[in-house]
Amino acid sequence: MAINWFKYSAPSTFYGLAGKLVPWFAWSSAILFAAGLYISFFVAPTDATQSEAYRIIFIHVPVSILSMFIYLVMALYAALGLVFNTRLSSMMATALAPTGALFAFIALWTGALWGKPMWGAWWVWDARLTSELILLFLYLGFIALHSSIDDPRRADRAAALLAIVGSVNVPIIYFSVKWWNTLHQGATIKFTGTSMHVAMQQGLWLMMLACWAYVFAITLTRVRSIILERERNTQWVSDLMGERS
Amino acid sequence: MSEFFAMNGYAFYVWGSYGLALLIFIIEIAMVRHKRKITLQQLRLMRDAGEEGQE
Repeated sequence: MAINWFKYSAPSTFYGLAGKLVPWFAWSSAILFAAGLYISFFVAPTDATQSEAYRIIFIHVPVSILSMFIYLVMALYAALGLVFNTRLSSMMATALAPTGALFAFIALWTGALWGKPMWGAWWVWDARLTSELILLFLYLGFIALHSSIDDPRRADRAAALLAIVGSVNVPIIYFSVKWWNTLHQGATIKFTGTSMHVAMQQGLWLMMLACWAYVFAITLTRVRSIILERERNTQWVSDLMGERS
Repeated sequence: MSEFFAMNGYAFYVWGSYGLALLIFIIEIAMVRHKRKITLQQLRLMRDAGEEGQE
């Protein structure tokens, strides 16, 4: 392999790389959101049983899936930081947490707004909903624990432990609709195929990609600030600030 | 047009969902940009003070 991947695990190199990537992800996200929303609202047909209210899924499903996936990525980064003592991994974990928490919150909020007209209740203590709420609390716990410890390296280690232990919740959320008799419906798009209208699928995929690009853009921007903050006493940051003047 | 916004009686639920998501995205983008501005400002102050920053 010609590429030295370890090179990018150095915060100084990654800082520059992330800076180049952010505009690409930001613009992709904007374009994908525009296309995704257009298909979701103007192309996808009205649902036979849920009328127009079903259109909430185009935001609900992508943010819910990402709220789980971001947690796994965050826990993986935190674990790498804990095991290999790599600063950048821990910084990535810290940068992902706020976005993950916001996505979990949007998932719960849009779910409530869908549940009220469809189930007749904003909230029920259903396995899917409860485990997603726990996910939100895990994110908040991670953020609170990390910020409550002054020494950043110690904060990384403590928060990593919480993230790793909490990751057991993600498969519980994912499989909750199979393991328990939940009010929340099961997956419509499965590996074995789907009965969903093709325009609805396209809308979902575009919105999913848009959210992905958004998460990349926002996390990379956030981690760049974290890198500068935590590396402020290093030579490369003073050199960088000298150039910017 | 008004028919589109009415969402067949589900306007509150549909626009409530997308409205909050949009609001959160806007706030998050603003916060991340603000953090970058503040961080660079602090680094400039550190550099101008010409001393090693205190941990």
